[in-house]
Amino acid sequence: MDNLFLYVIAFLIFPGFLFTSSFGLIVSWIDRKVSALIQWRVGPPFFQPFYDLLKLWHKELIIPATAKKNGFILAPLLGISSVTLLATILGIINLNPEYQFIGDIIVILYLMIIPPLSIVWGGFTSGNPFGALGASREIKLMMGYELPFILAIVTVFFKVGSISLGEIIQYQHVHGVMLNLPSMIVAFIVSILCLQAKLAQVPFDISEAECEIMEGPFIEYSGPLLAVYKLMQSMLQVVFPWFLISIFWGGTSFQGWGILWAVLKYIFIITLVILIKNTNPRIRIDQAVKFFWGWVTLVALIAMILMFMGY
Amino acid sequence: MPNLSTKWLKKSPWIYHVGTGGCNNCDIEILDCLTPRFDVERFGIKLVVSPRHADVLLVSGPVSYHIKSRLQEVYRQVPKPCVVACLGACACSMGIFKDAYSVAGPVDKVIKEIDPNAIFVYVPGCPPKPETMIMGLVKALQKI
Repeated sequence: MDNLFLYVIAFLIFPGFLFTSSFGLIVSWIDRKVSALIQWRVGPPFFQPFYDLLKLWHKELIIPATAKKNGFILAPLLGISSVTLLATILGIINLNPEYQFIGDIIVILYLMIIPPLSIVWGGFTSGNPFGALGASREIKLMMGYELPFILAIVTVFFKVGSISLGEIIQYQHVHGVMLNLPSMIVAFIVSILCLQAKLAQVPFDISEAECEIMEGPFIEYSGPLLAVYKLMQSMLQVVFPWFLISIFWGGTSFQGWGILWAVLKYIFIITLVILIKNTNPRIRIDQAVKFFWGWVTLVALIAMILMFMGY
Repeated sequence: MPNLSTKWLKKSPWIYHVGTGGCNNCDIEILDCLTPRFDVERFGIKLVVSPRHADVLLVSGPVSYHIKSRLQEVYRQVPKPCVVACLGACACSMGIFKDAYSVAGPVDKVIKEIDPNAIFVYVPGCPPKPETMIMGLVKALQKI
């Protein structure tokens, strides 16, 4: 019973919903502020993402007549609950690497696919041609980036000889972080590129292109449901880099200087993402799929070959 | 007007821009507001691309007969509470198009046909300066 209570606390408060969402909103402020500074503007005030969410929460919720009502409402909720679960699992294993179950990383990889799927579901159920177009683009993009991403992660599996996140983190405590190896640096670059697509940031924001298909899957969403989607996206900005840190960069410890070091690692990754976002134009969907199945997969295979050669 | 809180609306008004037969001059001035010189993102103002996300409907141009039903449809699609901003002399009072054969009426008249309680902001000028637009919006948001 005590354990159950702790799980509920973990899900709702610390590594789960409250922590991830508030941290994610702060990160989305950093994102907007840095983009504004790069464009020589002043940018929004600190609490702007919170204001946006509160405003959306108090707006009217319109469900279009052409939409499938149940799916339209359930899709964003499914997405946000899966992200919360993902953050909880990642957080608990990072806090205590002894705590694990067989194949937890497989569960994490599946949970990471659910938020894009919820966007797809919402887009198709909204009954809008632009929504359906955006959803189909999202599916193609997912097909594109999942292959090199899984290859890069599998490289770590073979190196450690385990498919459990706790053992991967413990291995790095003993043998040094993965990024000391050249093969792992290559795999890390591949996963940063896939991260850009998973977060739907600019070179790969094809599914919600504002100027051509008007935010795609989100076009019919208004008020609270749009707020849920926005919150989900800012939580993803926390969870996905955190996963990469756990796999490649020795995880995060919450003791002493470990907190500062964890934040610095996170800021490094998110700054890379923001810089790539601000210096690249959007590419077409066929270019994106060719890019991921061509060059990126090739580089991921090179990383795997390097790893088997012992580098 | 549904009884919903407008407290946070002042902090992040998202704008959807509707052109209703203007001469494109006001539209260019709107884009000026996004440049580093004026930077409306300081106030949380953001241009959105779908009327479903909008809080402020920025209408420029006299409403021609052709676009009248479309403007009313767009107004119905915006989640309430929302503000209608009439931008430029044409949208406020039809300007030089007054008594023209193809013009249905100023924006407030057209919108009031479907919602008598709509909230309006008038930003006159041909075209209004970016400073005037920002000031008009700030004044409007103080009132609601």
